[in-house]
Amino acid sequence: MIGLEVHAQLLTESKMFCRCSAQYADAPPNSVVCPVDLGLPGALPVINRKAVEYTIMTALALNCAIPDFSRFDRKNYFYPDLPKNYQISQYDLPLSHDGHLTIELDGQPRRIGVRRVHLEEDTAKLLHRTDAAGRPYSLVDFNRSGTPLMEIVSEPDIRTPEEARLYLVKLRNILRWIGVSTGNMEEGSFRCDANVSIRPKGAEELGAKVEVKNMNSFRAVYRALEYEIARQTEVLNKGGRIEQETRGWTEERGVTVSQRSKEHAHDYRYFPEPDLPPLVIGREWVKEIEDTLPELPDAKRDRLMAQFGLSLYEANLLTGSKGIAEFFEKTMALNPNARAVANWMVGELFRLLNASGIEIEQSRVTPGHLAELLRLIDQGTISASIGKTVLEEAFGTGQQPGQIVQERGLSQISGVDELGNIVDQILAANPQAIADYKAGKAPALGFLVGQVMKATRGKANPGVVNQILKEKLEN
Amino acid sequence: MRLSREEVEHVALLARLGLTEDEKEMFRDQLSDILENAGVLGELDTAAIPPTAQVLPLRNAMRADAAEPSMSVEDVLANAPRREDDYFRILPVFEEEYDK
Repeated sequence: MIGLEVHAQLLTESKMFCRCSAQYADAPPNSVVCPVDLGLPGALPVINRKAVEYTIMTALALNCAIPDFSRFDRKNYFYPDLPKNYQISQYDLPLSHDGHLTIELDGQPRRIGVRRVHLEEDTAKLLHRTDAAGRPYSLVDFNRSGTPLMEIVSEPDIRTPEEARLYLVKLRNILRWIGVSTGNMEEGSFRCDANVSIRPKGAEELGAKVEVKNMNSFRAVYRALEYEIARQTEVLNKGGRIEQETRGWTEERGVTVSQRSKEHAHDYRYFPEPDLPPLVIGREWVKEIEDTLPELPDAKRDRLMAQFGLSLYEANLLTGSKGIAEFFEKTMALNPNARAVANWMVGELFRLLNASGIEIEQSRVTPGHLAELLRLIDQGTISASIGKTVLEEAFGTGQQPGQIVQERGLSQISGVDELGNIVDQILAANPQAIADYKAGKAPALGFLVGQVMKATRGKANPGVVNQILKEKLEN
Repeated sequence: MRLSREEVEHVALLARLGLTEDEKEMFRDQLSDILENAGVLGELDTAAIPPTAQVLPLRNAMRADAAEPSMSVEDVLANAPRREDDYFRILPVFEEEYDK
């Protein structure tokens, strides 16, 4: 059984409890810091309303209950990334609880419980160095200290590394979709810890819980869980006992390493934060926040299927991110041919995006480009196969499809006179195929069409070529 | 009831205090007295009173999400026991030793 704890940084302008900027990414060390972040005596925190709203928004998107009453607590521990010696977090009265998220496993929905979504503050960043004599020391940068951090705790409903991956992909999609977090794992805006315990077949009791940390990508989570499940299984098979502990994933070696036994740590002595009055969450406020929620990925997926007859596979891909879904709908507004738009996006456009490793938002091909391309194909100006060439060109240059077709002379040849001449040349060069056709060998026709296409470098209209060939062969 | 020696050692560890053997004995007494004193409150019948963490009538004290300039780096580092460039320099710490 696997439970996941995700920490997501919120996209607020200012920090959780003070007015320092929360956008510290490019800031020099210790340049967005104030007495509140430094834990100086007398400094008092004030709650950032937007951070609370974003947390409630996320909780609603994850089908959580929002209680009327919530408050912040102090989680006490000594560590240099936390100058107050406590972190302001939430303990027994979080902003939300008991929700769920649905993942898709082999086309089947599977519901993963969300225990709670709560709000806390992030900590300072530590850098580890070594001096000239080889002695280690650390440096502290307080810029990240006090930035809002949302914690999303799943129930231990996850069974496999693949389910964990699907849960994280879906959760990140939702956070980005509603605009509360960048969800960037490499930059640490979206962090994941896992609790893993196994139950041998037939056993009633679940094994001890092992916490796995330090996983910095979806791939790392997948590999770490795979490793940890195998490790615990082996320990049990050998008659050993699983220790309750924290283990760190070591990417280079592909193993989890014991960090510390839990027995003598973790005594946080939580108590209500006396500097912050509690929150009474009115139903009107919740309603207001709910009204700002966009149509969520699952709802949009279902609508695309019902409204446009897309398959589950296509609809899932087309709601894989907000940018993709918006691209689809904007293209549809310009050229409402759902089948073609879906095919071209899921096929060619995604292939180009994957190959160049960029997001759809960065693509030079806009909905306008795709709508125009499909129109050109629809009108018979170009064939579908030339269309792929044109899309590739537009993807690289941002040029409009019409312009590309014109400049590169890619217009389809549909003129009966022009094609008739080419057909005559092909027939003259292939007497055997003519004989075959007349002897009743149907594939000979396809061969001849192919020869014409080749001669015109794909620009001939295959339907028209077919027509002309048949007429000439039968007369 | 007098606190056990282990309880005193545990509290001292959490507070990062190094106590001598004599001090441990002394704090067993003193802490026990404090707990006993505070325990008097437990004799009150509070069945009809909801748990209260704050006595102030304040609720929902929140501010708008707007950023303002922070302190200067020089002011931030003014009290740093030791400094390297614009960082606080401290004794080495490792995640493994002590986890959040």
